[in-house]
Amino acid sequence: MGSIRFDNVSMRFGTFNALEGINLEIGEKEFVAIVGPSGCGKTTCMRMVAGFEHPTGGTVSVNGARVVAPGPDRAVVFQQFALFPWKSVRENIDLGLRNKNLPKSEREDRIARALKLMNLESHADNFPHQLSGGMQQRVAIARAYVLDPSVLLMDEPFGALDAQTRVVMQEELVRISRVNPRTVLFITHAVEEAVYLADRVAIMTRRPGRIKEVLDIKSIREAEQWDKHSRIEDVMDIESFVHLRTQIWKSLREEKGSDAV
Amino acid sequence: MNDAPLTLSQRILYAGLGLGLFFGLWAGLSGSGLVPRQFLPGPLDVLDRMMQLMTTPFAGATLPVHVASSFERYIYGVGLAMLIGVPIGLMMGWFRLLDDIVTPIFDMLRFIAPIAWVPFAALWFGTGIGGPVMIIFAGAFPPCLINAYRGARFVEPRLIEAARMLGTGNTRTILEILLPAAFPSIVAGLRVAAGLGWQSLVGAELIVAAAGVGFMMVQAQANVATPTVMVGMIAIGVIGMAIDVLLRQGEAIVLRRRGLQMSGR
Repeated sequence: MGSIRFDNVSMRFGTFNALEGINLEIGEKEFVAIVGPSGCGKTTCMRMVAGFEHPTGGTVSVNGARVVAPGPDRAVVFQQFALFPWKSVRENIDLGLRNKNLPKSEREDRIARALKLMNLESHADNFPHQLSGGMQQRVAIARAYVLDPSVLLMDEPFGALDAQTRVVMQEELVRISRVNPRTVLFITHAVEEAVYLADRVAIMTRRPGRIKEVLDIKSIREAEQWDKHSRIEDVMDIESFVHLRTQIWKSLREEKGSDAV
Repeated sequence: MNDAPLTLSQRILYAGLGLGLFFGLWAGLSGSGLVPRQFLPGPLDVLDRMMQLMTTPFAGATLPVHVASSFERYIYGVGLAMLIGVPIGLMMGWFRLLDDIVTPIFDMLRFIAPIAWVPFAALWFGTGIGGPVMIIFAGAFPPCLINAYRGARFVEPRLIEAARMLGTGNTRTILEILLPAAFPSIVAGLRVAAGLGWQSLVGAELIVAAAGVGFMMVQAQANVATPTVMVGMIAIGVIGMAIDVLLRQGEAIVLRRRGLQMSGR
């Protein structure tokens, strides 16, 4: 289980058309990134799947059911982490499990696994303010993963991190998604990040927000065996990677051009 | 403005300077003979009277007993205001409907000065513990409620969204998200409530009570025993300040745990 479907979705704020005619299907265990300039409505797309916002036209559905409200089947990783400052790392991760009324032993098991997955074991009893930004985002990812959600929604999760930490986290995310594949909707404005992480990349345009094209990355990645390289900088040197990146850049730039006219 | 923080010795020095100036002026004025001694007793007269009152009863009790009986009412009044005001405030911050129902009536009631409740407090609860407690409650309740409400309303939206996506129910959201998030605001409200409650207490005791610092002052006033009135005033001021210092310490401890600094004073 874990499919997302945008069916002719539109979003109006007053007279402003934020999104128009969004159609996108994300299959089970597929990792899709949406890239686009700021203000194109990509975050709104994610927020509609999360249930924080509701489309003014069309439907957003997860596993065939229309989204009506937020819920733990659609875990969100926010750009600004959104950890609870008064809860320890363990308590932050535990909240969603307690909400599911799981027995204590099972909760402890799952927390231990999530901590291990994110290399957080030694920080379980720290409070968020005692951790670096990268560490805090690991906690937020662990908090989402531990729920075993059918889809994972990530809203520029590495946008608030410094460049080095971001690279480490991107590699981590690739590692985790190989070990433990999920349906992921990943929002970013960083083209390289999208190409590196995603199976498919959807390119969005602005005013109104539309999906301009969707590129298949996975087939190229597999054909060119990107996974043989564990370091992100090696992957980014591969010709097919560079080619895809340039293609997306051009596509985005054409948009900016037309916007200026 | 020089914003460099003061060292401890500087702070003690300046506080001592202020107090010294105050007591010097007071002693000078009352000793000068410009004002009759009866109208403005000197600091030493007051200190002397205070020492006497520690052991000799006045208006039926010694000073410590008056203070204790005031304090008991105060704790009940402020405690009740906190136990009722904070939960209602938090719930108003979470449930929109409750907010819409309660806010108009509350906005009207809170402008009625606590002392204005005296006739009804006396009528409903008498001069025992009930009447004064109700008046203190009337003073302390609004800041408890308002600050809990504001604290809950202005929780970072991201944290509310995080709680919702984790499937957190209403009760748990109020207890584990809104309450701790609103905590600094609640403590600020509590400090205001503690001050207003203490002030209303003495006001209440001036009218409805058979013991307490305020009662002692009224009895002293009737006997034109001005040093005793001043002892009462000083006791009120010092205890009020001590309560505020304690609350500030409590606030600082919780905030430090979250890696936050106290804002302002």
